[in-house]
Amino acid sequence: MQERKIRILVAKPGLDGHDRGAKVVAAALRDAGMEVIYSGLHQTPEMIVETALQEDVDAVGLSILSGAHMTLFPKVRDLLAKNGAGHILLTGGGIIPDVDVDRLSGRDGIGRLFGPGTPSSAFVEYIKTEVAKRRAEKV
Amino acid sequence: MCQSADDIRAAQRHWESETAKANPSCLEPVRNLSDRPVKIVYTPADLDGMDFTSDLGFPGEYPYTRGVHRDMYRGRPWTMRQFSGFGTARQTNQRYKMLLAAGQTGLSVAFDMPTLMGYDSDHERSQGEVGKCGVAVSSIDNMSTLFRDIPLDKVSTSMTINGPASVLFALYIAVAEAQGVGMAKLRGTIQNDILKEYIAQKSFIFPPAPSMRIITDIMSFAADLVPQWNTISISGYHIREAGSTALQELAFTLADGFAYVEAGMAAGIPVDTFAPRLSFFFDAHQEFFEEIAKFRAARRIWARRMKEKYKAADQRSWLLRFHTQTAGCSLTAEQPENNIVRTAFEALSAVLGGTQSLHTNSLDETHALPTEKAVIIALRTQQIIAHETGAASVIDPLAGSYYVEKLTNELEEGAEAYFERIDKLGGVLPAIEKGFFQREIHNAAYRYQIEVEEKKRIVVGLNEYVHGGKPEIPILYIDPEVEREQVAELAAEKGRRDGLAVRKALEEIRKAARGSANLMPRIIAAVKTHVTLGEIIGLLKTEFGEYQEPPIF
Repeated sequence: MQERKIRILVAKPGLDGHDRGAKVVAAALRDAGMEVIYSGLHQTPEMIVETALQEDVDAVGLSILSGAHMTLFPKVRDLLAKNGAGHILLTGGGIIPDVDVDRLSGRDGIGRLFGPGTPSSAFVEYIKTEVAKRRAEKV
Repeated sequence: MCQSADDIRAAQRHWESETAKANPSCLEPVRNLSDRPVKIVYTPADLDGMDFTSDLGFPGEYPYTRGVHRDMYRGRPWTMRQFSGFGTARQTNQRYKMLLAAGQTGLSVAFDMPTLMGYDSDHERSQGEVGKCGVAVSSIDNMSTLFRDIPLDKVSTSMTINGPASVLFALYIAVAEAQGVGMAKLRGTIQNDILKEYIAQKSFIFPPAPSMRIITDIMSFAADLVPQWNTISISGYHIREAGSTALQELAFTLADGFAYVEAGMAAGIPVDTFAPRLSFFFDAHQEFFEEIAKFRAARRIWARRMKEKYKAADQRSWLLRFHTQTAGCSLTAEQPENNIVRTAFEALSAVLGGTQSLHTNSLDETHALPTEKAVIIALRTQQIIAHETGAASVIDPLAGSYYVEKLTNELEEGAEAYFERIDKLGGVLPAIEKGFFQREIHNAAYRYQIEVEEKKRIVVGLNEYVHGGKPEIPILYIDPEVEREQVAELAAEKGRRDGLAVRKALEEIRKAARGSANLMPRIIAAVKTHVTLGEIIGLLKTEFGEYQEPPIF
């Protein structure tokens, strides 16, 4: 049986409208063979988690350039867990100071975060590896 | 130059064949940052048919290719205006005083995301965002703190605010009045450019039609009562930062500008009463010569259309005055000190292009809002250009460069071709609804990303000349306490208000929104009774609805 394509939700939480990065990342993930759902702008954590569940995604990528990352990443993580979707990989990027990346990234329920200038191969490989790991654990 | 273009072309063909013997590939066109082919050398033949008087002329004279002022920087240097705002109004007020003390000559307010989107700091949607990417301003008390001890008759202030521009403008007017400064004396700018919000920056609130109505209300109010105020800063900056090319930035921004002119005229405001108060805002990116040509082309296109198409008679309506900011998207997180150099080149292109004011980015802005030290280096960069390079002594010093003139002509032609495409789509608003601009910009952004990843384009420190390790630079950290403090102060202010006056003021705004009376005087009256930003925008949302963008990529 052919393995299901990786499904990923690229989401813009909060009030931030900077969508260049999110759209470029979405296009790169699509070109890497993934099924990409783009949330559109100004999404609340609740809306994002609802979409993630409805679309049965393997991963959620949040793009935040407004400085609200310390609030929004944990909120989405908690809501995913609360809805029994802790298996979904939560990753993302944006303008996030290294000190905050260290505080968020790799902590329970939040995966790697990527900064400006990251080559797409880096996050594509990361998502493939992580999703494969999670699928193997599920079996 | 008595040789004919044909003679020069013949000579050039000879030169090319000789050159090809030495290095055939060097004659292939190079694709510049905007994906435009660039030749190895330019000659007078590239400018065949160009006319000095009608295409260039003199500074301060039609078609203003060479600049909007006769004396340019000999009369007055550009305004050094650092976009700045973070945390509480109190913290930002201190930063402003520091910048003014360091020789900055104008203020530029960066608001936080809730303010930009019309939410009070205590709104549920504001959680985690208060004071983060700008200063939080929800009320007249906040605004008054922001400008405490800064005389608003002495300083000019630019406010980057769009959807809620009417409210922030009203707050500024009210705070000035409390300082004893009348509206006639106020100098500054509100960005108030909603079209580029739909196109690129995406901080929209209302649908296009009511947004345009609010804008024409502001234009008409200010034309009568705040005559020195720039009521719209028509912005290419965000279009470029979203990934467009220089040509797209130029064409889409001017198309927006013409759309405002048409909206004002359609609202019955004579063009010469509002057009002189329209100003522009461009990006200065890394492709040095193309940027200079872009500024020159912008002035010429605007002057020609305003005079010929819109029949503006007041010469001030023909002037494209602009602010420039160096390209945030050109900065790298790696080796952040290199960003000082990038910014310096970009700033120089803006000065050589004849900018009226300038913001230079700080080296740390791919990590966070800038630290005080980083901002000072950025400001010093401008001061070095102004005082040490000689760039400010001669007006439009690159005029006559075959390359720069050719680029200027090409950008003008390219913009005209875009105007035609936009017209065919039915104009700017229908083109937005069809996703035309958004798609064009996204495609350019994605092309650039692929070029960088494939190393077709070298970015120093990013995909070449890389040395590992994390950058060691200090970062400005916004204390989460800011949000609690701001929310508490807002609650206290709301508690002190006269509830009846607040309700009455809001009712007046509702009536104006439903009818055709100008919203501005009602909003000013409301903010004086401590009605908040969120209350006014919330009410207008119930009257006007909210804009939703279809999520496409």
